[in-house]
Amino acid sequence: MLHIVVCIKQVPDSAQIRVHPVTNTIMRQGVPAIINPYDLYALEEALRIKDKFGAYVTVITMGPPQAENALRKALSFGADDAILVTDRAFAGADTLATSFALASAIGQIEKNMPVDLVFCGKQTIDGDTAQVGPGIAKRLELELLTYISSIESVNAAKREIVVQRRSEGGVQVLKTRLPSLITMLEGSNEMRFATMPNMIRAAKTKVSRWDRVAAGIEDVSNIGLKGSPTVVSKVFAPSPKTVKAEMVQTESNDPQDLAASLLMRMFTKFPQVREEIARSAN
Amino acid sequence: MEKFDCIVVGAGPSGNAAAYTLAKAGLSVLQIERGEYPGSKNVQGAILYSDALERIIPEFRDEAPLERHIIEQRMWVLDDDSYIGTHYRSDAFNQKPYNRYTILRAQFDKWFSEKVAQQGVLVICETTVTDLIMDGKRVVGVRTDREQGEVFADIVILADGVNSLLAKKAGFHPELNPGDVALAVKEILFLPQESVESRFNVNEGEGVVIEMIGKITQGMMGTGFLYTNQESITIGVGCMLSDFKKERIPPYLLLERMKNHPAIKPLIQGGEMKEYTAHLIPEGGLRAMPQICGDGWMIVGDSGMFVNAVHREGSNLAMTTGRLAAETVIDLKRAGKDFTSANLASYRSRLDDSFVMKDLAKYRDMPGVFHANPQFFTTYPELLNNAARTMLTVDGGDKKSKEREILRSFTRSRTLPGLLSDAYKMWRALR
Repeated sequence: MLHIVVCIKQVPDSAQIRVHPVTNTIMRQGVPAIINPYDLYALEEALRIKDKFGAYVTVITMGPPQAENALRKALSFGADDAILVTDRAFAGADTLATSFALASAIGQIEKNMPVDLVFCGKQTIDGDTAQVGPGIAKRLELELLTYISSIESVNAAKREIVVQRRSEGGVQVLKTRLPSLITMLEGSNEMRFATMPNMIRAAKTKVSRWDRVAAGIEDVSNIGLKGSPTVVSKVFAPSPKTVKAEMVQTESNDPQDLAASLLMRMFTKFPQVREEIARSAN
Repeated sequence: MEKFDCIVVGAGPSGNAAAYTLAKAGLSVLQIERGEYPGSKNVQGAILYSDALERIIPEFRDEAPLERHIIEQRMWVLDDDSYIGTHYRSDAFNQKPYNRYTILRAQFDKWFSEKVAQQGVLVICETTVTDLIMDGKRVVGVRTDREQGEVFADIVILADGVNSLLAKKAGFHPELNPGDVALAVKEILFLPQESVESRFNVNEGEGVVIEMIGKITQGMMGTGFLYTNQESITIGVGCMLSDFKKERIPPYLLLERMKNHPAIKPLIQGGEMKEYTAHLIPEGGLRAMPQICGDGWMIVGDSGMFVNAVHREGSNLAMTTGRLAAETVIDLKRAGKDFTSANLASYRSRLDDSFVMKDLAKYRDMPGVFHANPQFFTTYPELLNNAARTMLTVDGGDKKSKEREILRSFTRSRTLPGLLSDAYKMWRALR
């Protein structure tokens, strides 16, 4: 049976994040945590392969203890197993250190059951780097397939996979050998609605917690802050554009007068608009 | 097919209290919540009454996210630009264990639900229970909106809130009467801790509650409230849904006007709005209470109209009904008895023996009296405020004449029989 590992990340819902007006730091308080939306396409694609060809799907995340909620949700969609890689030593990791830790953890998973496919989202909505997936592939020497929009076929016997990859100016159809790592493009599928038995199973399942040692990491120099060469030198929010709105009013308040008055005001302010309209009218 | 000892529908205070108590006794419990996460649909003022929670989770003070303990209660009767009222403040309220706290439900509910899950309850969110599964007259499980969505249990506890669609659908609960529910709106306004403490004259950790009646509800039956949190102020107003319908006043406008009252505005000045919520509150009291248990089912919390509108108590009744329902189930289970309507009647007697039914019985006429007599919300606040102004304005008039003038203002607007009848009505309603 195919063994698929899906890497997910719990992220703050960026639609609800605000930047502190004075300190320019992200205000995380009260912002709900969600599964990185791009990872849901990866998870759903893995589950579809499971439905079609049969597979064992393991979900893995590195994060704080509360990231367990993200894993439980993944289980409710139909994943078979979930592993939370959590250790204070991982704190402050950039993409280099994260991919090191995840690659090492996947290496440990492989000791029990060889891994044929690793799925990642295209990128995360909080970091936006799209580096962790490729980082894992390189470290584990997996065939790397990024920006995949659809999986055409998986042949476990021949150890082959055929995928469609979105690229500039078209779609590539690629065939490669297993094991490989796939990062899924957004919109490639739609996450299913979990069944009731799966919801109950997810609530019951005990999510395994792996610390640094369980994830196969002896030396701490490659993980956490120590293993992260990235330096955040400055964080700033783009200053909002301040253009004052003008109120158009006429004595009569008649719609036609109002429209005429608005046009007059616009033409005086932006003469080129008037010229353009005149030109296109001719 | 899954079968549990008990299914609890809803993850509010009553559902959590029931689920926690049941699981603690070793029963298998499935809790189903419609919202995205437990608490996402929950709204409350919010004051936490320690006693009800302490009987369920004695150690809550060490763990739960609490804002301020209340040391002062103000009761304001408002006219358009003034108020007359009473304040009660006592250092006794600074003695541990504290009796009441302000809380932010978004944080509190997260904690409460984690406690429930730790106790072994299977908590499932984003799942709507669409129907009760019946075997004849007996409830044997629930049907959800998910695939293969049927789950079974020996007993189903309905904790699905004020607008209990489930109980209605099953015919246990009549359609809500707009005269039996209030619609409340509230805002949480962020203010620095120092501002909160200086404006309300309190030290760190201490809080103030202001309850208000009068012109702020524009003749509708309702009340306003203002609570101090750690770094914010909660302000809100609620009136009977039927009054909103009749008067056609948008609730947000009522709150906006209240925030601009000259006595309130300086207290909230500069507050940045963090949260705006609205919710229905079942205030029909004992007379509007539905049947609360039957073969294989029980109702707890808001869905059973368990709210003491007069004292602004709801969450403590919710937790207590949840706990008592759970204890009924536990005792029957241990005795090896079935959850028949007759056996579950002991839930009702437990409620009767508790403050829940005693308080609801005491105020059973209150909603009707207040609703039929809007003068308690308009005329009297105005008369009382004018009386105070008359007495306190030093203008060369003698005090005796002022007293006569005040008395005349009362008899003029209510007449002597009117005043006597109002006093009698109040006495009847409160006795």
